Formats: sequence, structure tokens, C-alpha cells
Amino acid sequence: MNMMSDPNAARKGWLGLLAKSPAVEVAQLWLALKIKPAHKVLRKPEIGGVMVRGRAGAVGAAFNLGEMTVTRASVKLVDGTVGHAYVQGRGKDHALQAALMDALMQTAAAEAVDAGVLSPLRAAMKQGKVNRAAKASATKVDFFTIVRGED
Amino acid sequence: MYVAVKGGERAIDNAHAWLAEERRGDTSVNELSVAQIREQLALAVNRVMAEGSLYDPDLAALAIKQARGDLIEAIFLIRAYRTTLPRFCGSNPIQTEGMKCDRRVSATFKDAPGGQVLGPTFDYTHRLLDFKLAADGEVAEAPIGNTTEGPTPHIMSFLDREELIQSEPIGEETPADLTRTPLELPASRALRLQSLTRADEGFILGMAYSTQRGYARNHAFVAELRIGAVVVEMNIPELGFSIEIGEITVTECETVNQFTGSKTEPPQFTRGYGLVFGMTERKAISMALVDRALRWKELGEDDLGAPAQDEEFVLYHSDNIQATGFLEHIKLPHYVDFQSELELIRKLRREAQTNIAQEAAQ
Repeated sequence: MNMMSDPNAARKGWLGLLAKSPAVEVAQLWLALKIKPAHKVLRKPEIGGVMVRGRAGAVGAAFNLGEMTVTRASVKLVDGTVGHAYVQGRGKDHALQAALMDALMQTAAAEAVDAGVLSPLRAAMKQGKVNRAAKASATKVDFFTIVRGED
Repeated sequence: MYVAVKGGERAIDNAHAWLAEERRGDTSVNELSVAQIREQLALAVNRVMAEGSLYDPDLAALAIKQARGDLIEAIFLIRAYRTTLPRFCGSNPIQTEGMKCDRRVSATFKDAPGGQVLGPTFDYTHRLLDFKLAADGEVAEAPIGNTTEGPTPHIMSFLDREELIQSEPIGEETPADLTRTPLELPASRALRLQSLTRADEGFILGMAYSTQRGYARNHAFVAELRIGAVVVEMNIPELGFSIEIGEITVTECETVNQFTGSKTEPPQFTRGYGLVFGMTERKAISMALVDRALRWKELGEDDLGAPAQDEEFVLYHSDNIQATGFLEHIKLPHYVDFQSELELIRKLRREAQTNIAQEAAQ
């Protein structure tokens, strides 16, 4: 999908980041932010399963691979802004905090949330990826051909 | 015949209390934490997630601890937990093309774009016990290399471009789900793949091995084996668009098999496919071989009568929880059944003895 033309790209970005980040890291950064917006919980954190699908031969017909645990929650700030979250695992606090941040990201508090929570999460995730990629890269095979025969 | 048997409650309670004590083992030895199992027995955790059909490393580690390391018992615990979860939805099919590969090897193309990346593999180890691990040892950091942000295209896409490989038909976007409706035969490929990916690794390995030894001829090349992280996307109704809801590690194996062609199709390679939760390489390769063997009908091949071609045999006997349930129930009280058998055999013996006595008298 072309990210430039997608009006939801920014929101998709932070929702995905909050979903994939470890619950412990999200909680630490969120609590350090010390923003406690008044809100109503529209949907209490709920743990459920999502059936993950794959494709036969990676490109063909979809099939059910197995489920993963996901927790979801929804909140409404006093100004009426609604925040949703679906996060990986069984973290009820994680889902609630992510929903609150989703709501706050649509308000004037967006900059503070981005700087205090999202940016550090983004950096940590990127660093983790780079570290693994670097280790994988060190195991890349450099072939050399041994010349055989008389001449 | 099943009859409720009362009594034995105290014996059962005491047996379970002893089980808890035995699970803990010698208390002078440190207790294992769930985090230790998750981090240090990761491949056991992966197997429990794959066959338990639920991706949650913490739960799988807990199940292994509770089951005292009996992986089938742990898988049973995960399956039971899974049934308590409300199903939110199905994800969009994962895009393994975009996998962040820890490992990626091809047995067919040496110079595959993206390279041959060995990753953290047991391959090429000498399989000698490492006694250093018995002592507390610091682990040296793994060497790092230069990372180049390049794509790692599927090897199959090159063969596909030349139409040398059979193309994969697009099926329904919402595939049938054997956890919702009982598996009926003949099963679609989607159902077969779902069944195989959660099947017992040992059973699938044995089936795959049988195809290599000649029971259904399909000599497979591993075109590609990749292990790494992929994001899971799902459409969120309340948002009206899809978001990433997590990231999982999967193992994917694509095999290339010879196919001589049919009346309607030119000679082409055919595919077998394996996709399994976690780093589960043996299982993914096995799955690809068995998937290919089960495709004989749609590819117009002969039924050679091989076990791996028999979908009823494979699919109905590959689930270790179903198998365990039926197998182990025979150890539970069957007193009344057996009582009637006992009476029957005594009656038959009486009759036989009477007959012998009568014949002797004549």
C-alpha cells in the first residue's frame, strides 16, 4: 500500500508500534510521561484470540495457521476523542495504555506522547531489528569456487 | 459402556499433591522460572505453540513447566486454554516475502538474491556434548556483519516468472477452519495445511521420511527455507482499516518437485509448502513433503497406495491431542466392560468344556 496516499498511515503507524512493543516497555514509558487524562472506558480490556492466516505456497489460497493472543480496549476522553487498541499478548494494562495513547495522539497532547513514548519505542524496535540483522548478516555464506581439473 | 464410578476422591487429591511436589523436584535445586523456559528452552516453547495452535511464548513456557516438560501434555494445556478465548477475527494472510530473516537457505540456488544466511543453526555442529554448558559459562556475543537493507525475494518467484513452476491457485479469502467445523474428507488444501501445521512433529516427520524412502515418489528439493519475524495485520471494524496487531516468528519451507506434465499442462515443477509457528525447521520441511504427497489427486498423479498419499490416514492420525485422548482413555476404569468380557469368556470356556466332555462320552 502506498503510505503517502493513505490518510490513516500515521495512526496505523502508532497503533502497530504500540501493539508490537513489549508491555513492560510501554508501561514504563507511559508512567514516566505522567499524563493522566480523564476518560471513560468504552470497552474494558478483553483478552481474545486472532486466527493468523498464511497462504499456500506464500502466494496462493489463504489457510488458517493458528491463533495468537491479543488484548483489545477502547476509551473515550472527556473531549469525546475515542481511542482503540489491539495489542499482542495478554496485557490488560498494555491494551488500556495503548488505547489512551491512541486517543491522546489525536489531541494536542500528541507531541508529548510521541516524544515520551512512541519515539523511544520506535528507536528500541529499530535497534532490535538492526542487531538481529547484523548477526544474521555475519552468518551469510561467501562462496568461493575451488578450481578442479588438470588445467 | 461407561459407568460413573464414585470414590477415589481422596486418592486423586493426594496423587495431585504428590504430582505438584514431584514437579518441583529437589528443593535444594533452584526453581525454574517461566521466563527461563521461554528464553532458554525456546525450541520446546516453539513446538508447543505450533502444535497447541496458539502463539504466546509465555503461556507455552508456563504449560511446559506445569507439564514437567511433557510437551504433548503442554500442548494439551494450550489447546484447552485456546478454547476459552473469544475469537476476535481472522488476520490478513501474513506476507512471508517481507520476513526479517534470521535464517534463509536454498538448496537449489547457490547465488540467491539476499544470500544464504545460516542463522542460529545446529547444522554443521559436531553433535558432541558440550560440557562447558554443564558449568556456568558466559556466552560470547555473536559476531556482527554489515547489514544491507535489501529485499529477500522468494526463490520460487524466479521460477514462477519463467512459468517453470506450477502457479498457486487463489482460493477463498476466508478459509475453512477445522477448529470450528469438524474435518470432513476430501479436505481442501487449506484444511490440509491447517491440519498439518498443528500436527504432531514426530508423525509428520515419519510420513515425510516415508515419501523420501519411496512410498509415493516425490523427490523434493528445498528451494527455500526461511525463519524470521513477520508482522500480523488485521482489519479492525471500529477503525475501518487494518493495523499491525503483533509480530510472530515463523518457519517457511518451499519445496520443488519434479512433474512430468499432463495432457493439459507442459512439464513443470510442482510445489510443497510448509509454514509453522516459531523456529520449527524439521516440522516445516516435513510439512512441505507431506503437503506435496497429499496433492497427488489435484496434480493428476497415480495413487500408489502410499500412506502419505492417504489423506484420511494422515489427517485423522496426525493430531497428538486426539490421539492421546483416545489412546490414554483405555487406562481409565473399564471395570464394567471388562466384567462382561470376563463373563463371556467364562461362558465360552464352559460351553467348550461341555462339548469336549460330550464328544468324549460319544
